[in-house]
Amino acid sequence: MSDSLVGKSILRKEDHRFVTGKGRYTDDIQQVGMTWGAFVRSPYARADIKQFDTTAALAAPGVVAVLTGEDVTADGLGGLPCGWMIHSKDGSEMRQPHHPVMAGDRVNYLGEPVALVIADSRLEAKNAAEMVLVDYEPLTAVVDPALASESDTLYDAVPNNLCYEWGLGDEGATEAGLANAAHVTTLELTNNRLIPNAIEPRAALAEYNSGTDEIVLHTTSQNPHLVRLIMTAFVQIAPEHKLRVIAPDVGGGFGSKIFVYSEETALAWAAKKLGLTIKWTAERSESFLTDAHGRDHVSVAQLALSAEGEFLALKVKTVANMGAYLSTFASSVPTYLYGTLLAGQYRTPAIYVEVDSVFTNTAPVDAYRGAGRPEATYLLERIVEKAAVEMSIDPAELRRRNFIGKDQFPYQTPVALEYDIGDYEASLEKALAMADYESFAERKKPAAGLGKLRGIGLSCYIEACGLAPSQVAGALGAGVGLWESGEVRVNPTGSVTVLTGSHSHGQGHETTFAQLVADRLGLPIDDVEVVHGDTGKLDFGLGTYGSRSLAVGGSALSVAADKVVEKARKIAAHLLRTEVDNIEFDAPVFKMIDSNESKTFQEIAFAAYVNHDYPSDELEPGLAEKAFYDPLNFTYPAGTHICEVEIDPDTGVVEIVQFVAVDDFGTIINPMIVEGQVHGGLAQGIGQALLERALYDDSGQLVTGSYMDYCMPRADNFPDFKVDMTCTPCTHNPVGAKGCGEAGAIGSPPAVMNAVIDALGGADLDMPATPEKVWRAAQRLDLKKIA
Amino acid sequence: MYQFKLHNVNDVASAIDVFERSDDAVYIAGGHTLIPAMKQRLSAPEDLIDLSGIPELDLIQVDGEVLQIGAMATHAMVAASSHVQSHSPAVADLAGGIGDRQVRYKGTLGGSLANNDPAADYPAAVLALGASVVTDRRTLAADDFFIAMFETALEEGEIIQAVRFPQVDQAVYLKFPNPASRYAMVGVMLARRDQEVRVAITGAAASVFRASTFEAALSENFAVSSIEDLTLAPDTLNADMHASAEYRAHLCKVLIERAIRAMSAG
Repeated sequence: MSDSLVGKSILRKEDHRFVTGKGRYTDDIQQVGMTWGAFVRSPYARADIKQFDTTAALAAPGVVAVLTGEDVTADGLGGLPCGWMIHSKDGSEMRQPHHPVMAGDRVNYLGEPVALVIADSRLEAKNAAEMVLVDYEPLTAVVDPALASESDTLYDAVPNNLCYEWGLGDEGATEAGLANAAHVTTLELTNNRLIPNAIEPRAALAEYNSGTDEIVLHTTSQNPHLVRLIMTAFVQIAPEHKLRVIAPDVGGGFGSKIFVYSEETALAWAAKKLGLTIKWTAERSESFLTDAHGRDHVSVAQLALSAEGEFLALKVKTVANMGAYLSTFASSVPTYLYGTLLAGQYRTPAIYVEVDSVFTNTAPVDAYRGAGRPEATYLLERIVEKAAVEMSIDPAELRRRNFIGKDQFPYQTPVALEYDIGDYEASLEKALAMADYESFAERKKPAAGLGKLRGIGLSCYIEACGLAPSQVAGALGAGVGLWESGEVRVNPTGSVTVLTGSHSHGQGHETTFAQLVADRLGLPIDDVEVVHGDTGKLDFGLGTYGSRSLAVGGSALSVAADKVVEKARKIAAHLLRTEVDNIEFDAPVFKMIDSNESKTFQEIAFAAYVNHDYPSDELEPGLAEKAFYDPLNFTYPAGTHICEVEIDPDTGVVEIVQFVAVDDFGTIINPMIVEGQVHGGLAQGIGQALLERALYDDSGQLVTGSYMDYCMPRADNFPDFKVDMTCTPCTHNPVGAKGCGEAGAIGSPPAVMNAVIDALGGADLDMPATPEKVWRAAQRLDLKKIA
Repeated sequence: MYQFKLHNVNDVASAIDVFERSDDAVYIAGGHTLIPAMKQRLSAPEDLIDLSGIPELDLIQVDGEVLQIGAMATHAMVAASSHVQSHSPAVADLAGGIGDRQVRYKGTLGGSLANNDPAADYPAAVLALGASVVTDRRTLAADDFFIAMFETALEEGEIIQAVRFPQVDQAVYLKFPNPASRYAMVGVMLARRDQEVRVAITGAAASVFRASTFEAALSENFAVSSIEDLTLAPDTLNADMHASAEYRAHLCKVLIERAIRAMSAG
C-alpha cells in the first residue's frame, strides 16, 4: 500500500492555472454575438419612482434593448426569496417584503437596480444607462438599525420595520441566574458592518438558445444549483430543466456569492426574453453598493457569575440589521447561526437571547465568512474577558474554570446544539505556551519604557460548521436540505473523475478532494480530477459555505469511494473466480484472502467497462457510484487565539506584535491548505477588528464606497501568524473533518480587541479600533501609572 | 470611462499647441488621479495629451547648489536617484514612500504638483524646501504656487517642466498614512537652512500650508521644548470619518516633534 496522502501538504493542483493566467472566470468568456448589460441604479436610499423615460437610451448608439422594473412587474416575475423561515417569539412568521428583480415603483437602498440597458459594447451600454431618465421622489431614509423600529415604516406589511422578534433559551432560568449572581458583568457592543470584497467582482453571462429553449448562465456563484432553483422555482424565468447554471473559476466569495441577486437574475430573464447573449461584470463600485454586506449588530449582554467565577447565566439582546430586503439566507444568520453559539466553550447553564431583526434603507445584509458565529464569539469572548478583569481573575483561568471538560461530550448546550467532541483545555494550553503568556509582564514593562502600551487578549471560540443535518435545519426553518452530493466515476483506464456538489472559489477542493479520494483508492493524486460548479454535469448540490465542503461534501465522496470499492470487490471476485467475502482491498490492490492472487485497481476498472465475460444478471457494467451525504450533526471546530499588541499612545496606532492561533479542525487532509485558510480568516478577522467598517451617512449614502475610505487589510498590517493545531476528530462523519474556512474570522476579532482593551487599561472600544479611537482612549489613561 | 482622443507629443510646444486647439483637453502625466477619475466618469476630457513622450522632461540633475528634477520624473526615479539622495535625501525618502510600487513607477512629480491633492506628499516638500516650479512660461516660487484644494497658480495650458530645489542643511518628511487610502492623513516636512526653519503640512487641510507659528518658534530655538505650548487650530483642518480636525491637529504636532528629534539626532 502506498503512503497515505491524507495529512500531506500537497501543492495545489489548481494553482498552476491560476498563477499562469489560465484560469477561466466568467468575465473571461467571450461568445459570438455577445451583448453587454449595464444597470441603472438608484442614487437614493429611499425614493418613489414616478416615471421611467427610456427614449433617449433606446436611441443611443449600439443599444439593443432597455428593460426596467416596470417590465419585471409586467412579466410577473417572482421576487427574490429568503430561504430560511424564522418565527418570532409569539409564533408569527417573519415578515418578508417583496424583493423585486428590479425596482419599478420604489427603491429601498442606494444602488438598487431599476433598469438594465443592453448594447453591443460595454461602453455603449454604460453610456446609454446614463440616458435612462428616472423621475424619483426622494423619501426620508431609515439608516440606523438601533432606531429602525421607531422610524418611518418602509413597508406597509412590516410594522415598525421589524422582520421578526426571535428568542432562544430559558428566560426564567437566565433571570434567576442573574438574580442569584455574586457578580454581573454588563457589556454593550456593536459588531461593525463589513463589505465582502471578493477579488473577482460578481459577473454573469446569460445565453439563450432558441433551438433548445435553454438558458445557459455562467455566473460567480458558490452554489450554482441553488441559483438555478431560485431563478426557476421562485422567480420563474424558465423551467428548472431549461436553465443550466455554470460557476466556472470563481475568485473568492466569503459568503457574498451564495446569494441570488437581482443582476444575475435580470440577465438570465432578459437573455430569454430578448433571445440574446448578455454579459455583465460588476465594477468595484457596484460591488461595494450591492454585494450583500455582513455583520451589523447592536447588542447588550449580561453575564452572571458566582463568587468563584463560575458562569451562571448569560442574557443577550441584539438588534440585527437586515438591510432593505431579506437576502437569500439573511434571516438565519442572526438567529440559528448566532444565538445557538452563545454557549461557546463553556458550561453556562442558562442562556437567553433575543434578536430583533430590522429593515433599513441599506444594502441587504447576509452571511459573511463566519455568518453569525463571529458575532456570537465576539460578544461572548469580550464579556468573558471583561468579567475576568472585573473579578480580578486571570482571563485564561476564568475560561479554564468554565470549560466543558473533554470527558463531558457529547454535551448538550442550553441553546439547542449538542457538541460531539472537543478538548478546549488542550488548545488553550498549547496557545498559551506558544504565546509565552506567562511571561507577558516581562514584555509589557520594557515596552512601557519605550512609551508603548502593550496588551494581550484571548479568545476561545467555537463554531458550528458542516451545515447541516437536514432534519434539524428543516425543523429550524431552512427551506432546503443541507446534505451534499458526490460521485466517484472510475474511467476504464483507472483514472478517476470526482464530481461534487460542493464548489471551490479559492478553497482548493481540486487538491483536497482529489487527495481524499486518491487516498481511499490508493491512486496517485494526479489520476484524480475534480469537477464542480455545473448544473449540467452534476447531481443537485448545495454548494460551499459554512465551512461545509470537506465535512459534508468530502463525506459524500468518502461514502461514494466506499461504494466503488464494494463494487470493485465484486468485480475482483468475478475475475478471480472466488466469493466477494474472499476479496480484501489493500489499496490499490484487490487481493484474495486465501491465496496470493490479486487484481490491480486498473485491471478492475478496465474489466468494469470491457465486460465480455460478465455475469450480466449479477453485475452491472461500469464503475461509478454516487452518494448523498446528510450530516448527523453540525461539526464543532474550536480553538484559542491569542493576540498581543503594542499601542503608540501618541498616535493611537495599534501594532499586532504576535498572533497565535491554535485550532481543532478534526482530521486534516492538507495542512498547507488549512493553514492558508486560517491565515485568510485571520486577515479578515483582524481587518474587522482594526480596519474595516462600512458606513452610511444619515441619508443612506455609502461613505465607504471605495478603497479610498473602506480600509481593506494589507499584508503589512499583520505579523507572521503562529498557527498550530490540536485534533479531536469529528465523531459523526467518515472523514473526521470539522471545517476550517471560517475559524480565523470567528476567533480573531475578540482576541485583537481584548488585547487592545487590555493595553488601554480596560477602555470601552468598539470595532474597528481605529487610530483616533485608540488615541482618544489613551488620552484618558494615566500613562505614568501604566509605565 | 468615456471615449477620448489620445495625443502623443514629443515636445512641450506641440503639447501646448494641441491644448490650445482643443475645446476640452487635459495633460496626462502619470495619470494616477486622472485615470481613476475618468474611469468613474467624474472626469471626461475629449483630448488627452500624453506628456510622457517628451524626452527632456524627466531629467534629474544638480546645477551648482540647485537640484533640478524634471516634471515627468517618476516617484521611483526620484527615490532611486543618487543626485536626489545626496542633495536632498528627504525628497528621495518622500518619493519612495508615495503610494505603492505601481504608483511610484507611473506617478510623477509634475503631475502631483499640478493636481495639488490636499493629501499628496510632494507639495509638502516643495513648500518646506522653498523650491521653485519652472513652467513653459515662468518660474513660480513654492509659496505662490499652491492656491487651494486641487488648485494651483498654473494658467490654462501651462506645463510644469521642472522643479528646482535649493540646498538645505537638513530636512525630514514624516507621514501618518490614512489606513484605507494610504494617502497622507497628515504629512509634515521640516527643513532647516542656517537658522531658518520651514514647516509644511499636507493632508491636514484643504491645501498644503506652512505652520508659521511653529516655524517662528523653531527658527528661534530648534528644540521640541520650544513648540510645547503651540497648537494648530483645528477649525482650519479637515475632518472626515478617518480623523477629526482635533486629532489631525494633534498628529501634526506629534509628527513635528518626531521630525525635530530625528533631525536633532542626525
